Amino acid sequence: MSILVYALHYEGEFNKNSLGAVSEGAKLAKELGGEAAAVVVGGDDLTDELCASLGGYGASKVYRVKGPEGLAQPVVDAMAKVIADEGFKYALFGGGLLGFEIGAGLTARLNAGVTMEVTAVKVQDGGLVAERPILQDSAIVDVGYVGEPGIIIGRLNAFDATESGDGAAEVVDVDVQLEDHSTKAVMVTRGEQRGADVNIEDADILVAGGRGLGKAEGFDLCESLAEALGGAVAATRAVVDAGWYPYAAQIGQTGKTVAPKLYLAAGISGAIQHKVGMQSAENIVAINKDANAPIFEFSDLGIVGDLNKILPKLTDAVKAKKG
Amino acid sequence: MKICVLVKEVPDAAVEKRMDQGSKRLDRSGETTLNQFDTHAIEAAMQIREGGKADVEEIVAVTMAPADAGRTLNKAVALGADRSVHLTDESLAGSDVCATGYALAKVLESESPDLVLLGQQSADGECYTIGAVVADHLKMPSLTQVIKLDVEGAGLRCERQAEYGYDTVDVELPAVISVGDAINEPRYPSLKAIMGAKKKQRDTKGTGDVGIEADRVGAEGSRTQVLAINPPAEKAAGEIIEDEDTNETVERILAWLDERKLIG
Repeated sequence: MSILVYALHYEGEFNKNSLGAVSEGAKLAKELGGEAAAVVVGGDDLTDELCASLGGYGASKVYRVKGPEGLAQPVVDAMAKVIADEGFKYALFGGGLLGFEIGAGLTARLNAGVTMEVTAVKVQDGGLVAERPILQDSAIVDVGYVGEPGIIIGRLNAFDATESGDGAAEVVDVDVQLEDHSTKAVMVTRGEQRGADVNIEDADILVAGGRGLGKAEGFDLCESLAEALGGAVAATRAVVDAGWYPYAAQIGQTGKTVAPKLYLAAGISGAIQHKVGMQSAENIVAINKDANAPIFEFSDLGIVGDLNKILPKLTDAVKAKKG
Repeated sequence: MKICVLVKEVPDAAVEKRMDQGSKRLDRSGETTLNQFDTHAIEAAMQIREGGKADVEEIVAVTMAPADAGRTLNKAVALGADRSVHLTDESLAGSDVCATGYALAKVLESESPDLVLLGQQSADGECYTIGAVVADHLKMPSLTQVIKLDVEGAGLRCERQAEYGYDTVDVELPAVISVGDAINEPRYPSLKAIMGAKKKQRDTKGTGDVGIEADRVGAEGSRTQVLAINPPAEKAAGEIIEDEDTNETVERILAWLDERKLIG
Protein backbone atom coordinates (compact mmCIF):
# COMPACT_ATOMS: atom_id res chain seq x y z
CA MET A 1 0.00 0.00 0.00
CA SER A 2 1.29 3.46 -0.68
CA ILE A 3 -0.94 6.21 0.67
CA LEU A 4 -3.01 6.33 3.85
CA VAL A 5 -5.69 9.05 4.02
CA TYR A 6 -7.60 10.21 7.08
CA ALA A 7 -11.33 10.62 6.38
CA LEU A 8 -13.18 12.87 8.84
CA HIS A 9 -16.91 12.31 9.27
CA TYR A 10 -19.67 14.00 11.23
CA GLU A 11 -23.25 12.89 11.74
CA GLY A 12 -23.05 10.10 9.18
CA GLU A 13 -21.36 12.05 6.39
CA PHE A 14 -17.78 12.41 5.26
CA ASN A 15 -16.18 15.84 5.14
CA LYS A 16 -15.86 17.28 1.63
CA ASN A 17 -12.15 17.99 2.10
CA SER A 18 -11.59 14.44 3.29
CA LEU A 19 -13.29 13.05 0.19
CA GLY A 20 -11.00 15.32 -1.82
CA ALA A 21 -7.99 13.85 -0.02
CA VAL A 22 -9.20 10.28 -0.71
CA SER A 23 -9.59 11.11 -4.43
CA GLU A 24 -6.16 12.75 -4.55
CA GLY A 25 -4.58 9.87 -2.62
CA ALA A 26 -6.08 7.30 -5.00
CA LYS A 27 -4.88 9.25 -8.05
CA LEU A 28 -1.33 9.62 -6.68
CA ALA A 29 -1.17 6.00 -5.49
CA LYS A 30 -2.04 4.83 -8.99
CA GLU A 31 0.81 6.94 -10.40
CA LEU A 32 3.15 5.40 -7.81
CA GLY A 33 1.93 1.95 -8.76
CA GLY A 34 0.19 1.31 -5.45
CA GLU A 35 -3.13 1.72 -3.72
CA ALA A 36 -4.70 4.20 -1.33
CA ALA A 37 -6.51 3.28 1.87
CA ALA A 38 -8.42 5.36 4.39
CA VAL A 39 -8.63 5.44 8.19
CA VAL A 40 -11.86 6.36 9.96
CA VAL A 41 -12.24 6.77 13.71
CA GLY A 42 -15.56 7.01 15.51
CA GLY A 43 -18.57 5.22 16.94
CA ASP A 44 -21.54 3.29 15.63
CA ASP A 45 -22.41 5.79 12.92
CA LEU A 46 -19.44 4.41 10.97
CA THR A 47 -21.58 1.75 9.30
CA ASP A 48 -20.19 -0.80 6.83
CA GLU A 49 -22.06 1.02 4.09
CA LEU A 50 -20.70 4.47 4.97
CA CYS A 51 -17.12 3.20 5.24
CA ALA A 52 -17.33 1.18 2.03
CA SER A 53 -18.59 4.27 0.17
CA LEU A 54 -15.03 5.66 0.25
CA GLY A 55 -14.33 3.07 -2.43
CA GLY A 56 -16.33 5.30 -4.75
CA TYR A 57 -13.59 7.92 -4.37
CA GLY A 58 -10.82 5.41 -5.02
CA ALA A 59 -9.91 3.94 -1.61
CA SER A 60 -9.30 0.21 -1.86
CA LYS A 61 -9.46 -0.43 1.88
CA VAL A 62 -10.94 1.36 4.86
CA TYR A 63 -9.51 0.76 8.33
CA ARG A 64 -12.25 1.36 10.89
CA VAL A 65 -11.18 2.16 14.44
CA LYS A 66 -13.47 2.64 17.46
CA GLY A 67 -12.60 5.85 19.25
CA PRO A 68 -13.73 9.29 20.33
CA GLU A 69 -14.71 11.72 17.55
CA GLY A 70 -13.58 15.25 16.88
CA LEU A 71 -10.22 14.93 18.63
CA ALA A 72 -6.87 14.46 16.96
CA GLN A 73 -4.77 12.36 19.30
CA PRO A 74 -6.84 9.14 19.14
CA VAL A 75 -6.52 9.33 15.33
CA VAL A 76 -2.74 9.69 15.65
CA ASP A 77 -2.73 6.41 17.61
CA ALA A 78 -4.94 4.75 14.99
CA MET A 79 -2.88 5.89 12.01
CA ALA A 80 0.43 5.07 13.70
CA LYS A 81 -0.79 1.52 14.27
CA VAL A 82 -2.10 1.03 10.74
CA ILE A 83 1.14 2.43 9.28
CA ALA A 84 3.23 0.17 11.55
CA ASP A 85 1.17 -2.93 10.69
CA GLU A 86 0.63 -2.39 6.99
CA GLY A 87 3.44 -0.09 5.90
CA PHE A 88 2.54 3.09 4.05
CA LYS A 89 4.84 5.48 2.25
CA TYR A 90 2.68 8.59 2.77
CA ALA A 91 -0.10 9.90 4.99
CA LEU A 92 -2.43 12.46 3.40
CA PHE A 93 -4.95 14.91 4.91
CA GLY A 94 -7.48 17.29 3.37
CA GLY A 95 -7.73 20.88 4.63
CA GLY A 96 -9.14 21.61 8.05
CA LEU A 97 -8.18 21.85 11.69
CA LEU A 98 -8.06 18.17 12.66
CA GLY A 99 -5.85 17.18 9.72
CA PHE A 100 -3.23 19.68 10.86
CA GLU A 101 -3.27 18.31 14.39
CA ILE A 102 -3.23 14.64 13.40
CA GLY A 103 -0.50 15.14 10.80
CA ALA A 104 1.59 17.03 13.35
CA GLY A 105 1.14 14.31 15.97
CA LEU A 106 2.15 11.64 13.47
CA THR A 107 5.24 13.65 12.59
CA ALA A 108 6.43 13.37 16.17
CA ARG A 109 5.34 9.77 16.65
CA LEU A 110 7.03 8.46 13.50
CA ASN A 111 9.89 10.99 13.20
CA ALA A 112 8.45 11.80 9.80
CA GLY A 113 8.64 14.82 7.55
CA VAL A 114 5.53 17.01 7.26
CA THR A 115 4.37 19.69 4.84
CA MET A 116 1.23 21.70 5.49
CA GLU A 117 -0.98 24.10 3.49
CA VAL A 118 -0.15 21.99 0.45
CA THR A 119 -1.95 23.10 -2.73
CA ALA A 120 -0.73 20.38 -5.12
CA VAL A 121 1.17 17.09 -5.02
CA LYS A 122 3.19 15.64 -7.87
CA VAL A 123 5.08 12.42 -8.54
CA GLN A 124 8.79 12.99 -9.09
CA ASP A 125 11.54 10.35 -9.22
CA GLY A 126 9.20 7.69 -7.88
CA GLY A 127 8.19 9.71 -4.82
CA LEU A 128 5.78 12.49 -3.91
CA VAL A 129 6.70 16.15 -3.90
CA ALA A 130 4.38 18.60 -2.14
CA GLU A 131 3.88 22.15 -3.40
CA ARG A 132 3.43 24.62 -0.60
CA PRO A 133 2.83 28.36 -1.01
CA ILE A 134 4.74 30.39 1.59
CA LEU A 135 5.14 34.00 2.71
CA GLN A 136 1.60 35.11 1.89
CA ASP A 137 1.63 33.06 -1.32
CA SER A 138 4.53 35.08 -2.72
CA ALA A 139 6.52 31.91 -3.45
CA ILE A 140 5.83 28.20 -3.78
CA VAL A 141 8.29 25.66 -2.42
CA ASP A 142 8.59 22.10 -3.68
CA VAL A 143 9.09 19.85 -0.66
CA GLY A 144 10.45 16.32 -0.87
CA TYR A 145 10.72 13.73 1.90
CA VAL A 146 13.61 11.94 3.56
CA GLY A 147 12.62 8.50 4.81
CA GLU A 148 9.10 7.16 5.27
CA PRO A 149 6.38 7.99 5.75
CA GLY A 150 6.00 11.50 4.34
CA ILE A 151 3.09 13.49 5.74
CA ILE A 152 1.11 15.81 3.50
CA ILE A 153 -1.53 18.17 4.89
CA GLY A 154 -3.60 19.88 2.21
CA ARG A 155 -4.84 23.43 2.21
CA LEU A 156 -8.61 23.86 2.37
CA ASN A 157 -10.19 22.95 -0.99
CA ALA A 158 -6.82 21.95 -2.49
CA PHE A 159 -8.09 18.54 -3.54
CA ASP A 160 -11.35 17.99 -5.41
CA ALA A 161 -13.59 15.08 -4.49
CA THR A 162 -14.11 13.08 -7.67
CA GLU A 163 -16.03 9.87 -7.92
CA SER A 164 -13.71 7.25 -9.36
CA GLY A 165 -16.34 4.82 -10.47
CA ASP A 166 -14.75 2.11 -8.35
CA GLY A 167 -16.91 -0.18 -6.24
CA ALA A 168 -17.17 -0.52 -2.48
CA ALA A 169 -13.98 -0.50 -0.43
CA GLU A 170 -13.10 -3.43 1.80
CA VAL A 171 -13.79 -2.49 5.43
CA VAL A 172 -11.31 -3.79 8.01
CA ASP A 173 -11.84 -3.34 11.75
CA VAL A 174 -8.67 -2.51 13.67
CA ASP A 175 -8.32 -2.60 17.44
CA VAL A 176 -6.21 0.26 18.69
CA GLN A 177 -5.09 0.67 22.27
CA LEU A 178 -5.16 4.43 22.82
CA GLU A 179 -2.14 6.07 24.43
CA ASP A 180 -2.79 7.44 27.93
CA HIS A 181 -2.47 11.04 26.83
CA SER A 182 -4.97 10.49 24.01
CA THR A 183 -7.71 9.87 26.57
CA LYS A 184 -7.03 13.02 28.57
CA ALA A 185 -8.92 15.41 26.32
CA VAL A 186 -12.67 14.84 26.42
CA MET A 187 -15.26 16.44 24.16
CA VAL A 188 -17.95 18.22 26.18
CA THR A 189 -19.97 19.71 23.31
CA ARG A 190 -19.20 19.50 19.60
CA GLY A 191 -20.30 21.57 16.65
CA GLU A 192 -22.12 24.30 18.54
CA GLN A 193 -23.61 26.84 16.11
CA ARG A 194 -23.26 30.33 17.50
CA GLY A 195 -25.55 33.07 16.26
CA ALA A 196 -28.32 32.99 13.70
CA ASP A 197 -28.45 30.38 10.95
CA VAL A 198 -27.84 32.39 7.78
CA ASN A 199 -27.32 31.12 4.25
CA ILE A 200 -24.36 32.60 2.40
CA GLU A 201 -23.56 29.73 0.07
CA ASP A 202 -26.39 30.38 -2.37
CA ALA A 203 -25.93 34.16 -2.62
CA ASP A 204 -24.68 35.65 -5.91
CA ILE A 205 -23.45 38.71 -4.08
CA LEU A 206 -21.71 38.75 -0.71
CA VAL A 207 -20.66 41.75 1.32
CA ALA A 208 -18.12 40.49 3.85
CA GLY A 209 -16.89 42.27 6.95
CA GLY A 210 -13.71 41.88 8.98
CA ARG A 211 -11.97 43.40 11.95
CA GLY A 212 -11.59 46.69 10.08
CA LEU A 213 -15.29 47.35 10.76
CA GLY A 214 -14.09 48.31 14.25
CA LYS A 215 -17.05 46.95 16.20
CA ALA A 216 -20.02 44.61 15.92
CA GLU A 217 -22.25 47.54 14.92
CA GLY A 218 -20.02 48.04 11.88
CA PHE A 219 -21.89 45.14 10.29
CA ASP A 220 -24.91 47.46 9.93
CA LEU A 221 -23.01 49.11 7.07
CA CYS A 222 -22.46 45.72 5.39
CA GLU A 223 -26.08 44.72 5.86
CA SER A 224 -27.37 47.93 4.30
CA LEU A 225 -25.12 47.55 1.27
CA ALA A 226 -25.96 43.85 0.91
CA GLU A 227 -29.65 44.68 1.02
CA ALA A 228 -29.25 47.34 -1.65
CA LEU A 229 -27.29 44.95 -3.88
CA GLY A 230 -29.63 42.05 -3.23
CA GLY A 231 -26.97 39.94 -1.54
CA ALA A 232 -26.06 38.45 1.82
CA VAL A 233 -23.47 39.26 4.49
CA ALA A 234 -20.42 37.14 5.29
CA ALA A 235 -17.70 37.49 7.94
CA THR A 236 -14.12 36.56 8.76
CA ARG A 237 -13.15 34.17 11.49
CA ALA A 238 -11.69 36.92 13.67
CA VAL A 239 -15.00 38.76 13.98
CA VAL A 240 -17.00 35.54 14.39
CA ASP A 241 -14.70 34.42 17.21
CA ALA A 242 -15.15 37.89 18.72
CA GLY A 243 -18.93 37.36 18.66
CA TRP A 244 -19.70 40.19 16.19
CA TYR A 245 -21.42 37.98 13.63
CA PRO A 246 -22.91 34.44 13.39
CA TYR A 247 -20.67 31.44 12.74
CA ALA A 248 -22.91 30.37 9.86
CA ALA A 249 -21.72 33.45 7.93
CA GLN A 250 -18.03 32.66 8.29
CA ILE A 251 -15.76 32.24 5.29
CA GLY A 252 -12.54 30.20 5.29
CA GLN A 253 -10.63 27.44 7.05
CA THR A 254 -13.26 26.22 9.50
CA GLY A 255 -16.17 28.02 7.86
CA LYS A 256 -17.77 28.11 4.44
CA THR A 257 -16.30 28.12 0.97
CA VAL A 258 -18.10 30.40 -1.47
CA ALA A 259 -17.83 31.39 -5.13
CA PRO A 260 -20.30 34.25 -5.67
CA LYS A 261 -20.44 36.58 -8.69
CA LEU A 262 -19.38 39.47 -6.48
CA TYR A 263 -17.47 39.37 -3.21
CA LEU A 264 -17.08 42.78 -1.62
CA ALA A 265 -14.67 42.66 1.32
CA ALA A 266 -14.86 45.52 3.82
CA GLY A 267 -12.15 45.87 6.43
CA ILE A 268 -10.67 42.44 5.66
CA SER A 269 -6.88 42.14 5.53
CA GLY A 270 -6.96 38.98 3.42
CA ALA A 271 -5.19 36.33 5.49
CA ILE A 272 -4.63 33.01 3.70
CA GLN A 273 -7.19 31.30 5.93
CA HIS A 274 -9.82 33.68 4.57
CA LYS A 275 -8.57 33.68 1.01
CA VAL A 276 -8.96 29.92 0.62
CA GLY A 277 -12.68 30.25 1.29
CA MET A 278 -13.45 32.96 -1.29
CA GLN A 279 -10.75 33.11 -3.96
CA SER A 280 -13.03 31.46 -6.52
CA ALA A 281 -15.38 34.46 -6.49
CA GLU A 282 -15.79 35.87 -10.01
CA ASN A 283 -15.25 39.49 -8.97
CA ILE A 284 -13.47 40.55 -5.81
CA VAL A 285 -13.74 44.12 -4.56
CA ALA A 286 -11.82 45.12 -1.43
CA ILE A 287 -12.09 48.23 0.72
CA ASN A 288 -9.35 48.65 3.30
CA LYS A 289 -7.58 51.63 4.80
CA ASP A 290 -4.22 49.84 4.78
CA ALA A 291 -2.70 50.06 1.29
CA ASN A 292 -0.40 47.13 2.18
CA ALA A 293 -3.25 44.74 3.10
CA PRO A 294 -2.66 41.37 1.39
CA ILE A 295 -6.23 41.38 0.04
CA PHE A 296 -5.19 43.94 -2.58
CA GLU A 297 -2.89 41.27 -4.02
CA PHE A 298 -5.85 39.21 -5.16
CA SER A 299 -8.71 41.68 -5.55
CA ASP A 300 -9.93 42.82 -8.97
CA LEU A 301 -10.84 46.26 -7.66
CA GLY A 302 -9.17 47.62 -4.55
CA ILE A 303 -10.18 50.79 -2.75
CA VAL A 304 -7.74 52.25 -0.25
CA GLY A 305 -9.90 54.29 2.06
CA ASP A 306 -12.18 54.55 5.09
CA LEU A 307 -15.06 52.09 4.82
CA ASN A 308 -17.12 54.21 7.22
CA LYS A 309 -17.16 56.96 4.60
CA ILE A 310 -17.40 54.78 1.51
CA LEU A 311 -19.97 52.12 2.41
CA PRO A 312 -22.91 54.44 3.27
CA LYS A 313 -22.42 56.50 0.10
CA LEU A 314 -22.03 53.37 -2.00
CA THR A 315 -25.25 51.98 -0.51
CA ASP A 316 -27.12 55.17 -1.38
CA ALA A 317 -25.66 55.21 -4.89
CA VAL A 318 -26.67 51.58 -5.53
CA LYS A 319 -30.20 52.31 -4.28
CA ALA A 320 -30.44 55.39 -6.49
CA LYS A 321 -29.18 53.48 -9.50
CA LYS A 322 -31.69 50.71 -8.98
CA GLY A 323 -34.41 53.32 -8.52
CA MET B 1 1.37 25.42 38.46
CA LYS B 2 4.32 26.07 36.22
CA ILE B 3 3.55 27.45 32.75
CA CYS B 4 6.02 27.44 29.89
CA VAL B 5 5.20 29.70 26.97
CA LEU B 6 6.85 28.85 23.66
CA VAL B 7 7.82 32.00 21.80
CA LYS B 8 9.38 32.57 18.41
CA GLU B 9 11.54 35.27 16.93
CA VAL B 10 10.22 36.33 13.52
CA PRO B 11 11.13 38.99 10.96
CA ASP B 12 9.60 42.35 11.82
CA ALA B 13 6.36 43.08 9.94
CA ALA B 14 8.08 45.94 8.11
CA VAL B 15 10.75 43.63 6.71
CA GLU B 16 9.95 42.14 3.32
CA LYS B 17 10.22 38.40 3.93
CA ARG B 18 12.04 36.44 1.27
CA MET B 19 13.59 33.05 0.73
CA ASP B 20 17.32 32.71 0.19
CA GLN B 21 17.72 30.76 -3.04
CA GLY B 22 21.12 29.42 -2.00
CA SER B 23 20.31 27.93 1.42
CA LYS B 24 16.58 27.50 0.53
CA ARG B 25 15.79 28.96 3.96
CA LEU B 26 14.02 32.11 5.06
CA ASP B 27 16.35 35.10 4.94
CA ARG B 28 16.55 36.07 8.62
CA SER B 29 18.70 39.16 8.23
CA GLY B 30 17.00 42.44 9.11
CA GLU B 31 14.94 43.50 12.11
CA THR B 32 13.30 40.77 14.17
CA THR B 33 10.57 40.78 16.75
CA LEU B 34 8.48 38.54 19.01
CA ASN B 35 5.85 36.61 17.03
CA GLN B 36 2.61 38.53 17.56
CA PHE B 37 0.58 35.32 18.02
CA ASP B 38 2.78 34.34 20.97
CA THR B 39 1.91 37.55 22.85
CA HIS B 40 -1.61 36.10 23.19
CA ALA B 41 -0.12 32.97 24.79
CA ILE B 42 1.82 35.05 27.34
CA GLU B 43 -1.32 37.07 28.07
CA ALA B 44 -3.28 33.82 28.54
CA ALA B 45 -0.68 32.68 31.09
CA MET B 46 -0.96 36.03 32.90
CA GLN B 47 -4.74 35.75 33.01
CA ILE B 48 -4.53 32.25 34.53
CA ARG B 49 -2.17 33.65 37.17
CA GLU B 50 -4.42 36.62 37.89
CA GLY B 51 -7.66 34.61 37.67
CA GLY B 52 -7.12 33.09 41.10
CA LYS B 53 -8.32 29.58 40.18
CA ALA B 54 -4.80 28.20 39.92
CA ASP B 55 -1.67 29.02 41.84
CA VAL B 56 0.84 29.89 39.13
CA GLU B 57 4.32 29.77 40.63
CA GLU B 58 6.19 30.52 37.49
CA ILE B 59 5.77 31.61 33.87
CA VAL B 60 8.80 30.75 31.74
CA ALA B 61 9.30 31.96 28.15
CA VAL B 62 11.06 29.29 26.08
CA THR B 63 12.53 29.77 22.64
CA MET B 64 14.74 28.06 20.12
CA ALA B 65 16.52 30.76 18.15
CA PRO B 66 19.88 32.05 16.94
CA ALA B 67 22.25 33.47 19.58
CA ASP B 68 21.11 37.08 19.22
CA ALA B 69 17.45 36.52 20.20
CA GLY B 70 17.83 38.46 23.46
CA ARG B 71 15.51 41.26 22.43
CA THR B 72 12.69 38.84 21.64
CA LEU B 73 13.07 37.11 25.00
CA ASN B 74 13.21 40.46 26.81
CA LYS B 75 9.95 41.40 25.16
CA ALA B 76 8.37 38.11 26.28
CA VAL B 77 9.58 38.75 29.82
CA ALA B 78 8.34 42.35 29.74
CA LEU B 79 4.89 41.02 28.83
CA GLY B 80 4.81 38.86 31.95
CA ALA B 81 7.20 35.90 31.97
CA ASP B 82 9.31 35.53 35.13
CA ARG B 83 12.36 34.23 33.34
CA SER B 84 13.39 32.81 29.99
CA VAL B 85 15.13 29.80 28.49
CA HIS B 86 17.02 30.17 25.23
CA LEU B 87 17.87 27.02 23.33
CA THR B 88 20.54 27.96 20.85
CA ASP B 89 23.05 25.93 18.93
CA GLU B 90 24.43 26.25 15.45
CA SER B 91 23.54 22.63 14.82
CA LEU B 92 19.84 23.53 15.06
CA ALA B 93 19.88 25.81 12.01
CA GLY B 94 17.77 24.51 9.13
CA SER B 95 15.56 22.30 11.34
CA ASP B 96 12.17 21.49 9.79
CA VAL B 97 8.89 21.13 11.73
CA CYS B 98 9.72 17.55 12.78
CA ALA B 99 13.20 18.47 14.06
CA THR B 100 12.10 21.76 15.65
CA GLY B 101 9.23 20.09 17.51
CA TYR B 102 11.59 17.42 18.82
CA ALA B 103 14.17 19.97 20.00
CA LEU B 104 11.51 22.14 21.70
CA ALA B 105 10.05 19.06 23.40
CA LYS B 106 13.49 18.20 24.81
CA VAL B 107 14.04 21.67 26.26
CA LEU B 108 10.50 21.71 27.68
CA GLU B 109 11.08 18.28 29.24
CA SER B 110 13.96 19.77 31.21
CA GLU B 111 11.54 22.33 32.68
CA SER B 112 8.72 19.87 33.60
CA PRO B 113 5.85 22.31 33.02
CA ASP B 114 2.23 21.69 34.04
CA LEU B 115 1.06 23.68 31.04
CA VAL B 116 2.68 24.64 27.75
CA LEU B 117 1.11 27.56 25.89
CA LEU B 118 1.99 28.90 22.45
CA GLY B 119 0.49 31.04 19.68
CA GLN B 120 -1.45 29.16 17.02
CA GLN B 121 0.95 30.08 14.24
CA SER B 122 4.12 31.97 13.54
CA ALA B 123 4.01 35.05 11.36
CA ASP B 124 6.81 33.68 9.16
CA GLY B 125 6.39 29.90 8.83
CA GLU B 126 2.61 29.74 9.42
CA CYS B 127 2.72 26.01 10.07
CA TYR B 128 0.08 25.82 12.87
CA THR B 129 1.58 22.49 13.89
CA ILE B 130 4.38 22.88 16.47
CA GLY B 131 2.02 22.56 19.47
CA ALA B 132 0.73 19.15 18.37
CA VAL B 133 4.25 17.92 17.52
CA VAL B 134 5.57 18.93 20.93
CA ALA B 135 2.56 17.39 22.70
CA ASP B 136 3.07 13.97 21.14
CA HIS B 137 6.74 13.95 22.21
CA LEU B 138 5.80 14.99 25.75
CA LYS B 139 2.85 12.54 25.81
CA MET B 140 0.49 15.30 26.86
CA PRO B 141 -3.06 15.99 25.68
CA SER B 142 -3.23 18.91 23.28
CA LEU B 143 -5.55 21.28 21.48
CA THR B 144 -4.68 23.99 18.99
CA GLN B 145 -6.38 27.27 18.07
CA VAL B 146 -8.12 27.61 21.45
CA ILE B 147 -10.06 30.86 21.90
CA LYS B 148 -11.33 30.42 25.48
CA LEU B 149 -9.42 28.84 28.31
CA ASP B 150 -10.66 28.37 31.89
CA VAL B 151 -9.14 26.53 34.81
CA GLU B 152 -11.71 23.96 36.00
CA GLY B 153 -10.67 21.88 38.99
CA ALA B 154 -7.39 20.18 38.13
CA GLY B 155 -7.77 20.70 34.38
CA LEU B 156 -8.75 23.18 31.70
CA ARG B 157 -11.98 23.81 29.85
CA CYS B 158 -11.18 24.93 26.33
CA GLU B 159 -13.25 26.26 23.46
CA ARG B 160 -12.32 26.47 19.84
CA GLN B 161 -13.79 26.57 16.39
CA ALA B 162 -13.40 23.32 14.47
CA GLU B 163 -14.84 21.91 11.24
CA TYR B 164 -18.47 21.84 12.31
CA GLY B 165 -18.84 24.74 14.75
CA TYR B 166 -17.57 25.48 18.23
CA ASP B 167 -16.23 22.61 20.35
CA THR B 168 -15.84 22.64 24.12
CA VAL B 169 -13.18 20.22 25.35
CA ASP B 170 -11.99 19.37 28.87
CA VAL B 171 -8.26 18.75 29.03
CA GLU B 172 -6.30 17.23 31.91
CA LEU B 173 -2.97 18.73 32.95
CA PRO B 174 -0.17 18.64 32.04
CA ALA B 175 -1.18 19.76 28.55
CA VAL B 176 -0.05 21.69 25.49
CA ILE B 177 -2.44 24.37 24.23
CA SER B 178 -2.03 26.69 21.26
CA VAL B 179 -4.18 29.80 21.42
CA GLY B 180 -5.86 31.83 18.70
CA ASP B 181 -5.61 35.61 18.63
CA ALA B 182 -9.29 35.98 19.56
CA ILE B 183 -8.53 34.63 23.07
CA ASN B 184 -7.47 37.98 24.54
CA GLU B 185 -6.05 41.44 23.97
CA PRO B 186 -2.42 41.35 25.11
CA ARG B 187 -1.58 44.18 27.49
CA TYR B 188 1.09 46.76 26.78
CA PRO B 189 4.11 46.24 28.99
CA SER B 190 4.77 49.00 31.52
CA LEU B 191 7.99 51.00 31.23
CA LYS B 192 9.05 49.40 34.50
CA ALA B 193 8.51 45.91 33.07
CA ILE B 194 10.49 46.79 29.96
CA MET B 195 13.37 48.17 32.02
CA GLY B 196 13.25 45.22 34.41
CA ALA B 197 13.20 42.55 31.72
CA LYS B 198 16.94 42.63 31.13
CA LYS B 199 17.57 41.82 34.78
CA LYS B 200 15.41 38.68 34.82
CA GLN B 201 17.12 35.32 34.71
CA ARG B 202 17.87 33.92 31.27
CA ASP B 203 19.23 30.40 30.88
CA THR B 204 21.03 29.72 27.65
CA LYS B 205 21.15 26.06 26.72
CA GLY B 206 22.84 24.06 23.99
CA THR B 207 21.60 20.83 22.49
CA GLY B 208 23.85 18.78 24.80
CA ASP B 209 22.37 20.39 27.92
CA VAL B 210 18.90 19.00 27.22
CA GLY B 211 19.82 15.65 25.67
CA ILE B 212 19.01 16.47 22.05
CA GLU B 213 20.36 13.78 19.72
CA ALA B 214 22.48 15.55 17.13
CA ASP B 215 21.27 13.43 14.22
CA ARG B 216 17.64 14.45 14.74
CA VAL B 217 18.05 18.21 14.29
CA GLY B 218 19.34 20.76 11.83
CA ALA B 219 19.17 20.42 8.08
CA GLU B 220 20.81 16.98 8.31
CA GLY B 221 18.31 15.66 10.83
CA SER B 222 15.27 17.07 9.03
CA ARG B 223 12.84 14.76 7.26
CA THR B 224 11.81 17.22 4.57
CA GLN B 225 13.91 18.92 1.93
CA VAL B 226 13.11 22.08 0.03
CA LEU B 227 13.83 21.03 -3.56
CA ALA B 228 12.91 24.25 -5.31
CA ILE B 229 11.46 27.70 -4.74
CA ASN B 230 9.19 28.90 -7.53
CA PRO B 231 7.21 32.08 -8.16
CA PRO B 232 3.40 31.71 -7.95
CA ALA B 233 1.27 31.74 -11.09
CA GLU B 234 0.95 35.30 -12.38
CA LYS B 235 -2.37 36.94 -11.66
CA ALA B 236 -3.23 40.18 -13.40
CA ALA B 237 -2.98 43.00 -10.90
CA GLY B 238 -6.33 44.50 -9.94
CA GLU B 239 -7.26 48.12 -10.35
CA ILE B 240 -6.59 50.30 -7.29
CA ILE B 241 -8.46 53.44 -6.30
CA GLU B 242 -7.02 55.72 -3.61
CA ASP B 243 -10.03 57.33 -1.98
CA GLU B 244 -9.52 61.09 -2.00
CA ASP B 245 -12.94 62.34 -3.02
CA THR B 246 -15.44 59.78 -1.75
CA ASN B 247 -18.22 60.85 -4.14
CA GLU B 248 -15.91 60.28 -7.07
CA THR B 249 -14.67 56.98 -5.61
CA VAL B 250 -18.24 55.73 -5.23
CA GLU B 251 -19.02 56.71 -8.81
CA ARG B 252 -16.04 54.73 -10.03
CA ILE B 253 -17.01 51.66 -7.98
CA LEU B 254 -20.56 51.90 -9.30
CA ALA B 255 -19.36 52.14 -12.90
CA TRP B 256 -17.04 49.14 -12.36
CA LEU B 257 -19.89 47.05 -10.92
CA ASP B 258 -22.29 48.19 -13.63
CA GLU B 259 -19.85 47.28 -16.39
CA ARG B 260 -19.84 43.72 -15.04
CA LYS B 261 -23.63 43.69 -14.72
CA LEU B 262 -23.46 43.23 -10.97
CA ILE B 263 -26.14 45.77 -10.20
CA GLY B 264 -29.37 44.11 -11.20
